[in-house]
Amino acid sequence: MTSRYCSLVTAMLAVCAAPALVPAALAQNTIKPAIVYSTGGKFDKSFNEGVSTGAEKFKAETQIAAAEFEINNETQFEQAQRRFAQRGYDPIIAVSFSQGVALSKVAKEFPKTHFTLIDSVVDLPNVQSVTFKEHEGSFLVGVAAALASKTGKVGFVGGMDIPLIRRFQCGYEQGIKYANPKAELIANMTGTTPAAWNDPGRGAELAKGQFDRGVDVVYAAAGSTGIGVLQAAKDRGKYAIGVDSNQDHLHPGTMLTSMIKRVDLATYRSFKAMQAGTWQGGATALGLKEGGVDWTVDQYNEKLITPEMKTKVEQAKADIISGKITVHDYMSDNTCK
Amino acid sequence: MDDLAAIVFLTAAATLRTATPLILCAMGGLFSEKSGIVDVGLEGKMLMAAFFGASAAALTGSAWWGVAAAIGAAEIMALLHGFACITYRGNQVVSGVALNILAAGLTVVLGNAWFHQGGQTPPLEQAGSRMLPIFFPHAGDNILVYAALASVPFTWWLIARTRFGLRLRAVGEMPLAVDAAGVSVSWLRYRAVLLCGFFAGLAGAYLSIAQNAGFSRDMTAGQGFIALAAIIFGKWQPFPAFGACLIFGLLDAVAIRLQGVRVPGVGEVPVQFIQALPYLLTMFLLAGFIGRAVAPKAIGVPYEKEH
Repeated sequence: MTSRYCSLVTAMLAVCAAPALVPAALAQNTIKPAIVYSTGGKFDKSFNEGVSTGAEKFKAETQIAAAEFEINNETQFEQAQRRFAQRGYDPIIAVSFSQGVALSKVAKEFPKTHFTLIDSVVDLPNVQSVTFKEHEGSFLVGVAAALASKTGKVGFVGGMDIPLIRRFQCGYEQGIKYANPKAELIANMTGTTPAAWNDPGRGAELAKGQFDRGVDVVYAAAGSTGIGVLQAAKDRGKYAIGVDSNQDHLHPGTMLTSMIKRVDLATYRSFKAMQAGTWQGGATALGLKEGGVDWTVDQYNEKLITPEMKTKVEQAKADIISGKITVHDYMSDNTCK
Repeated sequence: MDDLAAIVFLTAAATLRTATPLILCAMGGLFSEKSGIVDVGLEGKMLMAAFFGASAAALTGSAWWGVAAAIGAAEIMALLHGFACITYRGNQVVSGVALNILAAGLTVVLGNAWFHQGGQTPPLEQAGSRMLPIFFPHAGDNILVYAALASVPFTWWLIARTRFGLRLRAVGEMPLAVDAAGVSVSWLRYRAVLLCGFFAGLAGAYLSIAQNAGFSRDMTAGQGFIALAAIIFGKWQPFPAFGACLIFGLLDAVAIRLQGVRVPGVGEVPVQFIQALPYLLTMFLLAGFIGRAVAPKAIGVPYEKEH
């Protein structure tokens, strides 16, 4: 508890202090942004941390730091959003679909405050809903996974069993079948409560269970739980695929690639637009075409990516963008044919 | 046939991996409970140990320092519990719950202050900063797993076959008699909670520097309470409690492997059902097979000398 309040207070102090320090010329439009993080916590090295990266980038440019709140349990979402709104923070970023219900309530109470909701849609004029086409990015890493696998068995470890995570899995599965129709997918979900985002021990155990069944590439879409999955892959010398943030640097040599979801961009753009006075509500879905999702090749994993793999993944990427391949979205009909 | 042997071996290994912290915790808890001190704080001790173990291992690069720090942290928690419950005759359940809350908060606060990673410790990447498997690299049989296996006969021997054990049992049943015989009730109980701290410390170290590579917030995830349940399942006896821990471990291991598997005639079993399975079986076993579990008579009752 204390730590949360401390970080909140420090962040607020930073925000309050910022306008005083910034020369008048720099502060074109001083804004007071705030972020309410989701269950995995700010330092999950994945989803939440992506948002924080975007806020850091904004801070580096404008000297404006965002106030932050990390929750202890889901009941605090509404409280945190409301408290930020009451104190005049604007815009407020709500991270993750699980804040949607709370936000639809709070956004109505504060029609003048601007909210950006990530991963879910709330249809109100003062809410900007940013969703991502995770199935498209997952398709690409599925192609890479199927090509990297020697056993023909690839794994998936999801966090909480919700349609959003099934969407990752479904896109991944389509990518696998595209590259190797005979490949087999073994998928596990960590749990059915939000605690499933924060259980690295169980993540590691699920991954080991899959390795025991012959899996040699595993894709984790599970927030902090994924840290355990990636670690287990390293311990066993198998390939792992990271998610949301670029996680390739965590374990060079066993990190095959990452499916990045540019939540940092969503955050950064919301802050920037607010500052420029061009902020707009409404729903946007960012896919491969918009640069909202992608796969990663960098100095940490370039040795693992064979030229063949690269050609094939890039080909699939171009085909998805041009519309030649359509990746089925699990959330459109709640099935993965 | 080879396949079957492999499946049995892998499931057994997974069972042991998940049961190890439970076994260590249960053996620790047994000492405490046998002496008449309820230990709801196992979870907190284990969490604190996991945090200090991972911190020490990250800072020194040595898993052994990690284990030492883990034991030290758990012992301090145990002494706090003893101080409140034995010296000051406080309510043991309240003290235990307080320790759990303290550990949940303090680990995150210290972790944030020291490592600035939201309460996590840095991942243990240096060679030697983790306990690694000894014989079977894929089974995860590090030294703490063997320690857990050895702790069971050790606990049995100490409780059932030594003078200390006899007195320990006596102090949990009828402290007045022990006192009348001229043996210090407080000292006996203090030794019991210290033994408990030692094993809870090993359990915590296992979580953060053997099974995982670093501490993360609330990583014990209720395992201290499951260990407590195992003690009751095992009727406060070491070997039955060990069996209970193995059953919990096995259910968990099987649950993980059953996910997404198609059962003939049923189709794919829903995740929710698989995850509820251990709890369903627990209730079934508890209702049908275990029978009445009789706790030590003086458990939870502070001993007051003057009457």
